[in-house]
Amino acid sequence: MTRPRLVTGARLHYDEVREEHVLLVPEGVVRLNPTAAEVLELCDGERSLEEIVRALSARYDGADLGDDVHGLLDAMAQRGLVRDAGA
Amino acid sequence: MPEPRAPSPLTLVAELSYQCPLHCPYCSNPLEIGAETYRRELETEHWLRTFRQARGLGVLQLALTGGEPMLRRDLVELCAGARRAGLYSSLITAGTLFTRERAEALKAAGLDHVQISIQSPDAAENDRIAGNRSFAKKIAAARVARELDFPLTLNCVLHRQNLDRIEAVLDLALVLGAQRLELANTQYYGWAVVNQAALMPTREQILRGEEAVRRFRERVGPAVDVLWVLPDLYESLPKPCMGGWGRTAMVIAPNGDVLPCQAAATIPGLEFANVRERPLEWIWNESEAFDRFRGTKWMQEPCRTCPLGRQEVDFGGCRCQALRLTGDAAATDPVCRFSAHHDRVVSAREPVAADEFVYRTVKRPVRA
Ligand code: SF4
Ligand code: SF4
Repeated sequence: MTRPRLVTGARLHYDEVREEHVLLVPEGVVRLNPTAAEVLELCDGERSLEEIVRALSARYDGADLGDDVHGLLDAMAQRGLVRDAGA
Repeated sequence: MPEPRAPSPLTLVAELSYQCPLHCPYCSNPLEIGAETYRRELETEHWLRTFRQARGLGVLQLALTGGEPMLRRDLVELCAGARRAGLYSSLITAGTLFTRERAEALKAAGLDHVQISIQSPDAAENDRIAGNRSFAKKIAAARVARELDFPLTLNCVLHRQNLDRIEAVLDLALVLGAQRLELANTQYYGWAVVNQAALMPTREQILRGEEAVRRFRERVGPAVDVLWVLPDLYESLPKPCMGGWGRTAMVIAPNGDVLPCQAAATIPGLEFANVRERPLEWIWNESEAFDRFRGTKWMQEPCRTCPLGRQEVDFGGCRCQALRLTGDAAATDPVCRFSAHHDRVVSAREPVAADEFVYRTVKRPVRA
C-alpha cells in the first residue's frame, strides 16, 4: 500500500445519535473507534503511508504508530473499504 | 416488567412510488399496487420531515426505491434533504430513466450510491423478463453512474429462467466497474408468489451458481463485493428476516404507511401507522405493528424452547413466510428444520416446469 484512499462512495461521519464515528459505505455502516477515524481521515489518496504515520505520531508525542496504522489499513483493504491510489 | 426500549434502527427503505415502466414477474411490491391508497403518494415535505425524524431515531442508511424512484419529480430535492439530514442515500433504480442530465443533478444534490438492476445479462432475455425494452438503457445508465464516480451496485434477481447465465452476470459487473454485485435469489413474496412455478430454480442450478460465485471471488478478490444469498427454501435454519422485526429497519410505502418489512401488509390484522399522522419515533417505539413480533416475547414452540438457543440470532425467521406456508404469522418459519411444517419447504424445492409469467401491472387486480 503506497497512497491509501477510501473506496469510492465511502464517507466518514460522526453519528450524533450513537455518539461514535462511522464509515458509511453502500448499504453498510462500519463502526470506528476514534483512532481509526483519525487514520481514515488522512487517507485521501494524496498522502503516502509514511506521511500518514508521521502525521499521527506528531499528534501523539512521537509515539511509533506504524504497526497500528498498517494493521488497520490492511484489514480495511481486505474488506474492500480502502484502496491504493498509487497502485 | 417493563419491556426494554426498542432498539435504534439503521435503515429506512423509502418506497417513493409504485409506478414503474417495467413489469418484473418477481417484483416484491404488493399485488395491490394499483389500489387507490397507493396513488395518494406522500408530498415532498412529508418525506423531508420523515428523513429528519429517521436520523433522530438513529437511521444512517436510506434506500430510495419503488417501483421506480426516478419517476418522482422531486427526487433531486429528496436527495438534497437526505444529505442535509445526515443520511447516506442509495438510489435503487431499474436504470431506464437515469440519463446523464438527471444523474448529474442527483450527484450535485448529494446522492451517495446508485444500484441498477438488470433482469438478465442477455439483452433479449432481459427485455422479455422485464416486459419492456430496457437493456440498452440500463447499460448506458451504469456507464453514466461510473463516469460521474458514483459507487455502482449491479443487481440481478435470479430464478430458473436466468440462473444459467450467472457467469455472464458476474462478468458484466466487472466490465461495468461495479463495486458490488447483488445476486438475489428470488424471495417468494409479492408478485413472485403468483409466478412461483415459473421462477423456482432446480437444485443443480443453485449448486452451479454457488460454484460460479466461488470461482469469481477467488479470481477477482475484494474489487467486486459479491452478495450471494442461498434461497431460503434450500436452508434448514432461517435467516433473521429484515435483521429481526422492528429491530434494524423499516419500510415506508408510497402512501406513508410504515411497515416492519416490505411484505408485512399481507399479514391480516396488522394496522400500520402513517407518517402523515404520527411522528416516526412514535411509530417505531409505540405502534402495535412494530411491537407485534419484536424481540422474542411473541414466540411459540419450537422457538420458545429452541434446541439451538437461536431466538436472538434468527428471531424465528420470516413472519410472512410463516403465514404463507402455515397460515399463522406467529408460527416458526417453516424453513427451520424444527418446524412441524418443514416438509412444505422441502416439497417446494421440486420445481413445476411452467415458464409463463404473470407480469406486474398497476392496471388490473391480481389474486395470489
Ligand atoms: S422489480 Fe421490476 S417491476 Fe418491480 S419495481 Fe423493480 S424494476 Fe419495477
Ligand atoms: S426453533 Fe425458532 S429460534 Fe430455533 S432455529 Fe428454529 S426458527 Fe430459529
